[in-house]
Amino acid sequence: MIELNDIVVSYRTERGSINAVDGVNLEIPDGCIVGIAGESGCGKSTLMRAIYGDILSPMSLSSGTIEYGFNDRNGEPVTSENVRNEWFRTLSYIPQSSMNSMNPVIRIREQFIDFPGTDPNKKRVLEQVREYIGKLGLPVEALDSFPHQLSGGMRQRMMIALATFFQPNLIIADEPTTALDVVVQKEILLLLMELQEQMGNTILIVSHDMGVHYQVTHKMLIMYAAKAAEYGDSDSVFDEPLHPYTKMLIGSLPTIGEDRARHGIPGSPPSLWGDLQGCRFAERCPLATGLCRSQEPPLVEHKPGHFAACHFAGADLPDTGGAGWQ
Amino acid sequence: MAVILKTVGLNKVYRLGSFFRAKRIQALDNVNITVESDRPVIIAVVGESGSGKTTLAKTLLRLEVPTSGSAVVYDKEVAGAGSRPSRREFLKSIQPIFQNPFEAFSRYRNVDAYLHETAIRVAGLSAPDARDAVAHALSSVGLEYNDVVGKYTNQFSGGELQRISVARALIPEPSLIVADEPVSMIDASRRMIIINLFRKLRDEEGRSFLYITHDLATAYYISDFIAVMKKGQVVEFGKAQAVMSDPQHEYTRLLLNSIPTTRQRWRPRNVAPATLN
Ligand SMILES: Nc1ncnc2c1ncn2[C@@H]1O[C@H](COP(=O)(O)OP(=O)(O)O)[C@@H](O)[C@H]1O
Ligand SMILES: Nc1ncnc2c1ncn2[C@@H]1O[C@H](COP(=O)(O)OP(=O)(O)O)[C@@H](O)[C@H]1O
Ligand SMILES: [Mg+2]
Ligand SMILES: [Mg+2]
Repeated sequence: MIELNDIVVSYRTERGSINAVDGVNLEIPDGCIVGIAGESGCGKSTLMRAIYGDILSPMSLSSGTIEYGFNDRNGEPVTSENVRNEWFRTLSYIPQSSMNSMNPVIRIREQFIDFPGTDPNKKRVLEQVREYIGKLGLPVEALDSFPHQLSGGMRQRMMIALATFFQPNLIIADEPTTALDVVVQKEILLLLMELQEQMGNTILIVSHDMGVHYQVTHKMLIMYAAKAAEYGDSDSVFDEPLHPYTKMLIGSLPTIGEDRARHGIPGSPPSLWGDLQGCRFAERCPLATGLCRSQEPPLVEHKPGHFAACHFAGADLPDTGGAGWQ
Repeated sequence: MAVILKTVGLNKVYRLGSFFRAKRIQALDNVNITVESDRPVIIAVVGESGSGKTTLAKTLLRLEVPTSGSAVVYDKEVAGAGSRPSRREFLKSIQPIFQNPFEAFSRYRNVDAYLHETAIRVAGLSAPDARDAVAHALSSVGLEYNDVVGKYTNQFSGGELQRISVARALIPEPSLIVADEPVSMIDASRRMIIINLFRKLRDEEGRSFLYITHDLATAYYISDFIAVMKKGQVVEFGKAQAVMSDPQHEYTRLLLNSIPTTRQRWRPRNVAPATLN
């Protein structure tokens, strides 16, 4: 189990400091795919980088702790202090565009061999890599290419191969398919799901596409303005969302074959620089009352394993004219 | 019935590299589509990246010259060898909206300067009339003149800025608005505000749209007609409802099957060990 204990992640800027992740408490059981959703700027990538241990100035983990619940190669518990030594070993990262995280001047096969501490017998490692690529159903020739010679989709598949080669306990994927066409996206997500099933490890996947989350995840975390708004099993979150923001997020999606009017969520999240009193969603929430504007709702377990931070969790939203429009 | 859009044998070949080692890219490959209607319509163009959607848009906007073939918009030939309207007359009938609203406006100018410029230069209005036209266009997209005037791009969200782009396009009262991926940079939670706006402008102000997107769900939601493109070709074209509910081309079926919906899973998920109690 991975535990986030009230973590605050800040950026130091000229104007002062902002908390891009502001007191997140979470227990992530082993062996599941957890989806992270929310508007851009709500802190998804910041949270992922903090968990990955990629904490460089101006970013800092200003309070709270992360417990990984697994050990490093020497049998010592992985902590925020030593997590960087574990990159690509017990935890790995798949970014939106692998172009930026692969070394552009070395061939794909060398990127595998370059791992710190890999078996010094390069030939043997390369044999293992070839075998692994074949097992994933990927073309072995791609190993001999430079990153820019591959299509975006093939590069992303190679990145997944890199990220899973050592069977890490945790994989963090930040919008891994956002830049790809839907056909390629589906193939890549299916590959990732299959690998997770085989390895039984934990994957955190960020996406702004609720459809992707529905297809892939076991659990969902909905973030809003640096906070966790809702967390629970995906079935429960999709079938009976508790937070008005989650309801509106799911309800704003059109679906092919359904002729119901859809509405976006008007307004914007509050500035993290401002005075953040009460519930951060209150300004855009159809249910908000004086209580919401003055008191911040804590993240509370409303049903077994299903948490929401809302004074009116589970309450129905007013009808927004969802009748047919055609 | 008016011919809202008709392309005849539209081809566009880009040549890259030197004269001797030129590489041909057939960005549009014999595109033939006809949309006739008495009412304004929304025509969606969908397809994978590189399929030629933007090239089609640019050809209609006269930003690219087709290698061969022609295009007619509202009974006027806009591309091809035939006689063409003057640039100003052209811009009064077709207006673009681009993908990235932050690139459409300079950071160093007030955004309303662009709206006034369009009103005076393209719509040919006097200064007082221009102000009214700008205010009217902004109210059509749900914004107040006084909330926009004098502000810079960094004072707006992407969604607001895209609404201002739509307002700018409305000022010359064009018959057709060509919108190339207008919501792909906008947060999912706010996309529907723009999409619903297109429908309102079609129904209440009589504007037609060419809506270019790779998002089939929003295309289904607002469009009357849909063209599915692949490698420069329109592989399927027809009424949106018909194409989406009974796709004829294998590629359209593949696209539809690849959309991650929140209705039906691609495959049963394994149960995570930890969630087994
Ligand atoms: N390097 C940085 N310096 C200052 N602020 C930053 C930096 N990176 C991100 N932020 C701010 O932190 C917040 C969260 O950003 P991010 O985690 O990237 O959000 P998301 O991934 O959900 O879009 C945003 O308000 C963003 O402006
Ligand atoms: N100015 C250009 N010069 C050369 N090739 C181009 C140019 N613009 C587009 N292309 C090529 O034409 C094809 C179609 O591109 P485009 O119309 O932009 O597709 P889409 O908008 O569907 O992604 C692509 O192969 C693209 O690389
Ligand atoms: Mg991000
Ligand atoms: Mg394009």
